[in-house]
Amino acid sequence: MISGYIIPSLPLLLVAGTSVVVMLAVAVRRSHSVAFGITLVGLAASFCATFFVPVRQLGILLTIDRYSLFFIGLIAAAAMAVAVLAHGYFAEREGNKEEFYILLLVATLGAMVLACSSHFVSLFLGLEVLSIGLYSLIGYLRERALPVEAGIKYLVLAASSSAFLLFGIALVYADLGTMNFSRIAQMATTGANLHYALLLPGVVLILTGIGFKLALAPFHMWTPDIYQGAPAPVTAFVATISKGGMFALLLRYFSQSRLDLFSPVLVVFSIIAIASMFAGNLLALFENNVKRILAYSSIAHMGYVLVALEVGGQAGAGAVIFYLVAYFIMTLGAFAVVTVLSPRERDADLIDDYRGLFWRRPWLALGFTAMLLSLAGIPLTVGFFGKFYIIAAGAASGAWALLLILVITSTIGLFYYLRVVVALFQKQTATEATAPTRPRTAPAATLILVLLTLVLVWLGVFPSPLLRIIQTAIHTLL
Amino acid sequence: MILLWLIVVLIGGGILAWVVARAAPLLSRWISVVAILLDLALTLYLAVRNLNTGPWLAQTDWDWIPQFGIHFHLAMDGLSLLLVILTLFIGLLAVFVSWREITAAVGFYHFNILCILAGILGVFFSLDLFLFYFSWELMLVPMYFLILMWGREHRARAAIKFFLFTQISGLLMLIAILALYIAHYRVTGIYTFEYAELLGTPLSPLASMCIMLGFFAAFAVKLPVFPFHTWLPDACAEASTGTNMILAGLLATTAGYGMIRFLFPLFPDATRTFAPIAMILAVIGILYGAFLALSQTNLMRLLAYASISHLGFVLLGIFASNALSVQGAVMTMIAHGISTGALFLVAGLLEARTGSRELNSMSGLWDTVPRLSGAGLFFALASLGLPGMGDFIGEFLVLLGTFRGHLIFAVIAACGVLAATFYALRFVQRAFHGSNVRQLHLPDLAMREGFVLGIMIVALLWLGFYPQPVFHTFAHAANHLPALWR
Repeated sequence: MISGYIIPSLPLLLVAGTSVVVMLAVAVRRSHSVAFGITLVGLAASFCATFFVPVRQLGILLTIDRYSLFFIGLIAAAAMAVAVLAHGYFAEREGNKEEFYILLLVATLGAMVLACSSHFVSLFLGLEVLSIGLYSLIGYLRERALPVEAGIKYLVLAASSSAFLLFGIALVYADLGTMNFSRIAQMATTGANLHYALLLPGVVLILTGIGFKLALAPFHMWTPDIYQGAPAPVTAFVATISKGGMFALLLRYFSQSRLDLFSPVLVVFSIIAIASMFAGNLLALFENNVKRILAYSSIAHMGYVLVALEVGGQAGAGAVIFYLVAYFIMTLGAFAVVTVLSPRERDADLIDDYRGLFWRRPWLALGFTAMLLSLAGIPLTVGFFGKFYIIAAGAASGAWALLLILVITSTIGLFYYLRVVVALFQKQTATEATAPTRPRTAPAATLILVLLTLVLVWLGVFPSPLLRIIQTAIHTLL
Repeated sequence: MILLWLIVVLIGGGILAWVVARAAPLLSRWISVVAILLDLALTLYLAVRNLNTGPWLAQTDWDWIPQFGIHFHLAMDGLSLLLVILTLFIGLLAVFVSWREITAAVGFYHFNILCILAGILGVFFSLDLFLFYFSWELMLVPMYFLILMWGREHRARAAIKFFLFTQISGLLMLIAILALYIAHYRVTGIYTFEYAELLGTPLSPLASMCIMLGFFAAFAVKLPVFPFHTWLPDACAEASTGTNMILAGLLATTAGYGMIRFLFPLFPDATRTFAPIAMILAVIGILYGAFLALSQTNLMRLLAYASISHLGFVLLGIFASNALSVQGAVMTMIAHGISTGALFLVAGLLEARTGSRELNSMSGLWDTVPRLSGAGLFFALASLGLPGMGDFIGEFLVLLGTFRGHLIFAVIAACGVLAATFYALRFVQRAFHGSNVRQLHLPDLAMREGFVLGIMIVALLWLGFYPQPVFHTFAHAANHLPALWR
């Protein structure tokens, strides 16, 4: 029993256990640093555990394989970064801080469950655990208007998208009589007694639910408001962990259920990918709010990843995972800068807050520039290699139309990243006096930013080791 | 190995120059000078030692990203050697020019200059197409910062325009490179970006044409070829002098190099089919550039359009594809790099003295700055193709080569030479002749400025009177470049 079930699920259990420990610690004595410390240790333990635990199928619900362990590790690492950012951020804000870490751990657990679920039930379970954590995380600063508004918006929309998802699952189940991903593929390939009238709407409704979580167009409407309203570290969480976990699930669902065998589904994917790339990149052009720009940019990035997903096969899956890692690094880095710069009373989300930053805090500005250039896909950064990988995978399968759209839209995208970069390097003028100056430096968040920048450049120049790890991860998937 | 050192010295020097700048800006300038001189010395050493040993003077080949068959493969032949020397030469002058002009963020400026030079060297050395694209894009970001941070009033717009133009064309080239890579895999079952192995990949005419156009797009924007040229005048009008020397003088050579190294050898048939269109664009560029140069009042803009006109000859020479015309194109690239660089330098010195880039605000400067004006006249004459200077040799050979197979293009292009006389002399007359209306009393050339201009005069005269070393070095490389000419 112990070696059979508990050891393989250790990465999940450690996170779940940590949340209980933090809760107990809070009950004994409130201390921000203690709660933060326990969280960090728990997440680090979970991260380390992914290297040691054996791979195993846990019942029918959860699959612990190299693939899910890779994503659990990635999510744990990102959650640590978010926790560090949050520590400095909430330390100087009002209200109780300790519960934040409990919610963070619970939501992280949900994302991890998504990463290893191979069954619709565990999908729904993971999704709800993640969402419920997120509702309260987004509205955590409950004295302030914007976070509360964002939290309620997210609650309403996420609940309705869950309903779509459930209905889709019900339809698929009604047709096939199974909720297991690989069983679906078996039924589909044998083709016995399939009612496409039930199955296809079911699949599409499921995609709607997933698309909402990933903020793919046309299910993206919530994104800019939530990004803007949520506290900066929580936004980082929504942008990375929540989407990463969901994409891990989508990739598994897509490859194990062999969705590529259903050509209408592929058409739907293409439309969603194209719409996301255009919507994200075009809408960002009109924004002056950095958090909203990053929100739209994330829509576009999910579109790029979807192109790779649709390509499928070894190359496509590899490109998806590599790009997600790249996306985690650059998004966390960008929000680390936002967090460091945010004054007590609001988040630093206007472009004006960043004007002339290079002349005030050159290293911070250069770190942010690196993140933005990576988002734009410029060489020497991990974002470049990620984009290269996607284009290579697309070229191998001859998806020229999608690639051309990717190229065009990402050039449009370049424009708004450069706008922020231009602001960063603008010479200081009268705005100098009005720009928020923060005498206090945030050493921990700065450390995270430095680490992320180093990893960004390192993986941009030497992606080989990561590629090797990814190859073993997708080996079990396909 | 030595090729890697050439790049490492530049980047290392750039980082060092950046680090020390806060404490000692002057030291940062000297570090840049030393790094470039060191590179120049290494290159010349290579040239002297290995010039006649084989197709490659030096080579370095390592696995980089084995999962994709990507190698870190650097190599230098005669063509790269010539252009590398030009690059380091112009780079050195760009550092000298900025001695007084650049006072803000000195370290970051030199870091960017050295990084661009490293990127350009990477382009000239790469024999792996991924590495080539990587270096190609690497030139972009530092150049963007140079325009953005040390430019004039509308610099942000110019910088973004430059970035967008080059980026979208670069991405098209990336897709073309990948298409070639996949096509090669389908035939041989091997994933590789290696230049030597991709040569002679069998392609259908349509595929070959599409892939070739992807490459051409990137080179056309960078050269720049009409109608993709609009970023250059905008960028030149806003950027600082040293940046302009690199922008107009060096970035164009990377495009010309790419055409000679990749376009003809990789896609011989498609390139020949496309040649008439390219040549039409070339002659349009020659005339259009000259025509617009005639009506400019901003000196930097004038020079940018003149540069477009001259670079039309490079395009014409390469696509006329015979031994004379291609040699002429290489010569034009080198001579244009120096003469246009020098003209931008003169314009920068005039701006530093009169405080303006407008031709209208200058008049009769010969009275007050005779030596500077004399230098300006010299480079204007070089640029209009006076015999005895490098530009003449290059453009003459291009015309001669084009004349053999494409009479009509040669005739039209020759009109462009004529037009060059007009805009070059107009510049001289407006700026230096006439009466000194504003009663300006300006300092003439300082020692350092005179020294820099003197070197450039010597270089141009040397190229004009004794061009044989250039032809000899290039011929050595051309023998190993397949399909460059019939």
